[in-house]
Amino acid sequence: MPEWLISLIKILVIVFGFVMAVASLLTVLGDRKQSAKIQNRVGPNRARLFGTNILKDTGIPHFIADGIKMVLKEPTMPANANKFLFLLAPGLVLLPGLFGWAAIPFADQWCSGQIMVSPEYQEVCTGGEWKNYFQIMDVNAGLLYVFAITSVSIYGAAIAGWASNSKFSLLGGLRSTAQMISYEVTLGLSLAGLILIYGTLDLNEMVRMQGTQLGGWLPMWGVVVQPVAFFVFFLAGMAETKRAPFDLPESESELVAGYITEYSSMSFGAMQLGEYAATVMIGALVAILFFGGWQVPYLYGDGFHFGTPNGTPDLALNYYVVILLRIGSMIVKTLFFVWLQFMMRWTLPRFRYDQVMTLGWKILLPLSLANLVITAIVAAIL
Amino acid sequence: MGTVNVKVLERHQKTFWEKSYIPEISRGLGVTVKQFFKNLSPNKEKRDTFTIQYPEAGTDHYAERFRGQHRLMKREDGQVRCVACMCCSTICPANCIHIEAAEHDDPSIEKYPKVFVIDELRCIVCGLCVEACPCDAIRMDTGTHMAPRTDRTTAFHQRDDLLKKGGISIATRAGQKALASKSS
Repeated sequence: MPEWLISLIKILVIVFGFVMAVASLLTVLGDRKQSAKIQNRVGPNRARLFGTNILKDTGIPHFIADGIKMVLKEPTMPANANKFLFLLAPGLVLLPGLFGWAAIPFADQWCSGQIMVSPEYQEVCTGGEWKNYFQIMDVNAGLLYVFAITSVSIYGAAIAGWASNSKFSLLGGLRSTAQMISYEVTLGLSLAGLILIYGTLDLNEMVRMQGTQLGGWLPMWGVVVQPVAFFVFFLAGMAETKRAPFDLPESESELVAGYITEYSSMSFGAMQLGEYAATVMIGALVAILFFGGWQVPYLYGDGFHFGTPNGTPDLALNYYVVILLRIGSMIVKTLFFVWLQFMMRWTLPRFRYDQVMTLGWKILLPLSLANLVITAIVAAIL
Repeated sequence: MGTVNVKVLERHQKTFWEKSYIPEISRGLGVTVKQFFKNLSPNKEKRDTFTIQYPEAGTDHYAERFRGQHRLMKREDGQVRCVACMCCSTICPANCIHIEAAEHDDPSIEKYPKVFVIDELRCIVCGLCVEACPCDAIRMDTGTHMAPRTDRTTAFHQRDDLLKKGGISIATRAGQKALASKSS
């Protein structure tokens, strides 16, 4: 198979098949059904597909109806708005959420030969070579790439607020910009300790190294070695995607919709999808960096090894089964953290704006710096 | 110059754990997660959801005096009880009842409504027509709402449709011994 065809299939499956599907389903299942279940009510369950009762109770036909409505609605533009910027902004919000997925691995690289596991928990591919089938782009600086791309979405929010030619939108845009750049710093710094420990920026390599076990029984997941960093990263990630309780920029009851106010139909849809795609991205990043990504505990290329690997697996499995388990593990973990972010939204009240800034600069940033210093000291000692 | 006595209250200073709000967040998350899974249990009795799926279920949750759509009552021999006295159409605040009287063969029942049309879309569901009627001819106890529709003309309920919903009433005139059977 030619290289470009493989890449195209990977892009279609990962970006459209997984990310867009999850992000769009989240508009109904996450926001409406999940919040309904928490609040002791039933979400939307009336829309029907062509008169049949398929999927009626899940509310998914509502999403299709919303999509059709959004596409067919009239796109409006405010009177003195900057046309170019106004049309550019939704793209700048949506596309970074999709581009960042190029470096996210869904399973380890394919070994066309036979996998053997060394006692140092390394997998060696004998008789074949590693092929990259589960990661769109195998780049050495995967983490750096992901952060660079998510930083571009700040432009989207700022430009959307400015180009709407409306005071409320401008305020929302300014708030969102200030909040996002504040938490970008913490986001990056909290991972510095993790990079110190793993010594690499390659996301796939980081997940591989989380397969090692401490003392023969505890998988060395990121959350085990860096619990404070997990906490800080999760909070900063939620603030980055303007997810409640940090959703001042869209504060529904205060600024109408913040910087999204003047957008209608598909522009609005693009911005909503961009926000949900960023939520899924943060979920995937947390899963990869802190919870082992595609690693199932004790599972290696040729089966389960309990304890130090010594050549033969304790429970041998077919290679395809292993790959399926790994992809499944990655998807389950990502979805769990997306679910957790939605839970946090419906649990916590909204922060006041100065509280958001205080949290970002005065609490989380020193915490991540302290984490880095302590990690460096511990790493130097051990 | 007077002095103000200020009473300084002892405020409870937050401990480190309390200031970080982590225990509180965990408690809040516990409540939401518990409710989430409780409302997802396959046993519908265990759920806390009390949403009534109208219109499949739930019309029996209404009070006894709930005012719904109108119905015309019949005499024991099946004729319409209404004598076209125009009381209800006069008192209706929304002018939604239109009656045309015709002469009845029986001289003790002088009139009957040839045309009796209620525009259910204009009706404000006040129940004054039921109070005004001296004959227990019109009631609003069907317990059903106006369904949404795409054509306004289907909301003009004619006399025969209203009669179809109605039942036999054995009330006597002028409010004496107004017994009614709730059959319909």
